[in-house]
Amino acid sequence: MTTDTSTELARMPKSEKILGIYYLTFYQILSVVVVFVLWEIAGRYPISPAFPTFSATMYALFEMIFDGRMIAAFAETLKPLAIGVTISAVFGVFLGVSMGLNRLFQWFWEPIFVVLQASPVAALIPLITYAYGIGLAAKTVAVIMLAAPIIVLNSYKAVRHASPSLIQMCRSFQGTRLQEIVIVIVPNAAPVIFAGLRLGVAAGFIGVILAELLITPTGIGDLITYHRSIAEYNYMYAAVFTVILFSSVMVGMLETAEIKYFRPEKKKGR
Amino acid sequence: MSSANATNSLHDATSVDQDNVAEVRNLTKFYGEDIHALDSVNLSFPRGQMTTLLGPSGCGKTTMLKIIAGLLDATSGQVLINGKEVNSPGPERAFVFQDFALLPWATVLRNVAFGLELKGVPRAEREEKARHYIDEVGLTGVESKYPHELSGGMRQRVGLARALVVNADVLLMDEPFSAVDEQNRRKFQEDLLHLLAAEKKSVIFVTHSIEEAVYVSDQIVLLSPRPGRIHSIIRPEISHDAEPDAIRRDKNYLDTIEEIWSELRKYLD
Repeated sequence: MTTDTSTELARMPKSEKILGIYYLTFYQILSVVVVFVLWEIAGRYPISPAFPTFSATMYALFEMIFDGRMIAAFAETLKPLAIGVTISAVFGVFLGVSMGLNRLFQWFWEPIFVVLQASPVAALIPLITYAYGIGLAAKTVAVIMLAAPIIVLNSYKAVRHASPSLIQMCRSFQGTRLQEIVIVIVPNAAPVIFAGLRLGVAAGFIGVILAELLITPTGIGDLITYHRSIAEYNYMYAAVFTVILFSSVMVGMLETAEIKYFRPEKKKGR
Repeated sequence: MSSANATNSLHDATSVDQDNVAEVRNLTKFYGEDIHALDSVNLSFPRGQMTTLLGPSGCGKTTMLKIIAGLLDATSGQVLINGKEVNSPGPERAFVFQDFALLPWATVLRNVAFGLELKGVPRAEREEKARHYIDEVGLTGVESKYPHELSGGMRQRVGLARALVVNADVLLMDEPFSAVDEQNRRKFQEDLLHLLAAEKKSVIFVTHSIEEAVYVSDQIVLLSPRPGRIHSIIRPEISHDAEPDAIRRDKNYLDTIEEIWSELRKYLD
């Protein structure tokens, strides 16, 4: 169970510091630094003329941030992403939880989402344009097609595997079905639901970039396509880098929210 | 040796003259078509006493306890609590679970107050009651800890406090000490007896440990397996005024254990 790992963390000597930084934080920073150094070396070697160094990429990144191109690109990319991820998260969790609680819902929705999850959605994205054109709607649909199945299926499985012993406990104290769902099942399922949300948000990023590469080049997708076409690979990599960075930050924020609102017992271990 | 003239007391168990907190009548349970867990069991549980259901695995002891709790449906037969037939969980019964069943995301205080939280008792009131019972089970000071920070024994004390807070007439305990280590188990058994004497609770206790059954029980119901039937009823009549260590060396105590073992041995192989 997940609680075991937090117990282990709690036992780790928290006061132990290296260079004035906490043990764990030190190694987290170190691993990031190692990757960047290896990147720089690989770029200088060079492993490919199309592979820029870390420093050149950072230079391109800051140039694009300060001349406003990056900001404008993100504003463009975030629109379908935010709409798509919000719809997927809200309806996905609701639908997934309902499927876990109700056989009829499961019977109706499960095949649809299993097929969506198993199908190569990238190949279906051009089809979206027939129905939704090439605008915001099409890109939002692409995000939902990638994000929703993961969120729905994770929520559904989380609820289906909620601890039978805790449910029985709630019944033995005469909890109503609603109390059982709200006080026991959903918090019990929260770690897996949130794992699904994190994967879903990451998939949403893939969806929006795919849509921008395959439907019409806008936003970050445009930056990537344009700079690749004129062989300014450091700008292209800078755009890719920001997507990864932004996605990681979003995923990290979700984890923080999860611990704060659903899993207070894990906070102590950190 | 006072092991019951009441042996094989299938029929006189439902005598009306004594005050029974719980009774089961003709209780039968099938799981699916094939598994016959209980076969028309008649049994009464005297008020203010500790009755233990003891038997080899597969004798239906936990099944019977969960049917009494209203957590499982009987295939046929009745469960009476305070003389009234029941089919679902109710406020007169409180369950203590083998695996503790504590909410991992809730503090000890919230876990203990959980039964009252479900009933909509205001926070201040339910936490005051919870603190009282946290004190009673000897857990003062851990109110704001989470279950994973406690040992098995302490977790089950939380489970016991949670069952006591709702002030039920009868506690249903399903192998409460099986996940508690040996030393803590002995201490916990002693504490449990003191606590129950003070709280005047009736208890239905399920265990597979003969020593535990003889040590804690007023009445031991030996069940035979597949299908579960009453093999015999034994009243150890051990005085708990003596020191725990003296009891565990008591001849009556040891003979009763030996007698039960010789009966249960038949079912092993």
